[in-house]
Amino acid sequence: MIKYYRNQETAIMAGKPKLHYFNGRGRMECIRWLLAAAGVEFEEKFIEQPEDLDKLRNDGSLMFQQVPMVEIDGMKLVQTRAILNYIATKYNLYGKDMKERALIDMYSEGVEDLGEMIMHLPLCPPDQKDAKIAQIKERTTNRYFPAFEKVLKNHGQDYLVGNKLSKADIHLVELLYYVEELDPSLLANFPLLKGLKARVSSLPAVKKFLQPGSQRKPPMDEKNLEEAKRIFRIK
Amino acid sequence: MAGKPKLHYFDARGRMEAIRWLLAAAGAEFEEKLIESSEDLDKLRYDGSLVFQQVPMVEIDGMKLVQTRAILNYIATKYDLYGKDMKERALIDMYTEGVADLGEMIMLLPLCPPDQKNTKLTLIQERATNRYLPAFENVLKSHRQDYLVGNKLSKADIHLVELLYYVEELDPSLLANFPLLKGLKTRVSNLPAVKKFLQPGSQRKLPGGEKSLERARKIFKF
Repeated sequence: MIKYYRNQETAIMAGKPKLHYFNGRGRMECIRWLLAAAGVEFEEKFIEQPEDLDKLRNDGSLMFQQVPMVEIDGMKLVQTRAILNYIATKYNLYGKDMKERALIDMYSEGVEDLGEMIMHLPLCPPDQKDAKIAQIKERTTNRYFPAFEKVLKNHGQDYLVGNKLSKADIHLVELLYYVEELDPSLLANFPLLKGLKARVSSLPAVKKFLQPGSQRKPPMDEKNLEEAKRIFRIK
Repeated sequence: MAGKPKLHYFDARGRMEAIRWLLAAAGAEFEEKLIESSEDLDKLRYDGSLVFQQVPMVEIDGMKLVQTRAILNYIATKYDLYGKDMKERALIDMYTEGVADLGEMIMLLPLCPPDQKNTKLTLIQERATNRYLPAFENVLKSHRQDYLVGNKLSKADIHLVELLYYVEELDPSLLANFPLLKGLKTRVSNLPAVKKFLQPGSQRKLPGGEKSLERARKIFKF
């Protein structure tokens, strides 16, 4: 439904963000989490065939011929970080000044490094999978989780930066769910991370997103992987 | 807040070069503490100086920042190279990420197994010619301004021009059909601070050869 406003700019700003991706987590899921946690309703246009992706490309909608792409405030934004940073700024999840932003960026990037390893696991050749899982577990236990636990321990506050919810907390909690899916025992020795996970999960908007029937996507299974390969023409 | 930024990395481009370029273009003087052995890296780790046990790390304004993008974004904000509002920032981020995607492929090429190198090189040439360079040429074409965003120099221009130098090193013919990109490269290269950085004797690092790669392998144990 289109609402008409006297001011065209307002009309554009008033519509919901529209997410273009396939029906899976991939690189769009952190965007879904952030929008949801910000309490923002969004629409999804699913790419279901390679031809759908071709159409977006031929339309000139994708600056680098890639998705994720999010239509928001009159822009067709691509590149996950560009999209996330814009959303975070818009909904006040990016700290109060440049120093807080630096910390938020630093923590978000650490989350992303571990998250990337986990995301790529389904694409790993079967003979390398065990080694990859072992590496993920080692990095989680010895590098990433201790780093974030230490941040929370040092200031004793409820959130990673500035005693206020930010994109860093949302990205980290999302990651904690994926680590838990991989191996629940990995969270065992990190009480403050567990506390953050529980706290953020209890926020009304996040709680709603975590319930069945929301736009949150399930883990990638064989079928979802085949679909992704088909759409993106990956062998 | 006084004191120059201090860059911790080994003596090569790697993931620190984009930061060197940005500081230099901003006219900000900086110091470098070069990591020369794996023991130097261990020391930084034991000191608790590296949040994720990794470099680049930059000491700036009382912080020990790691993660390239966190460092770049802070520097850009500090030196007014990040646009005037959130929409300009979104465009700058979008363009910067595209540059990083192609830049990453080029950076990782030396680490590629010899039997895969030609395939990788061909892919880089294809992506540069058909995806990335046209995208940026089109941006400049669409507004006919001197810089990518907001008619003002930003981190996006600096990252892109740095990339254009690397593309040129790889294969000068790749830039042939992109006149506006060539114009941007010239324009940015002529800015006094950038011009100085491009001269011999600056802190700009040369392409790493075999020796540099071996040194990296020893320090980072890969």
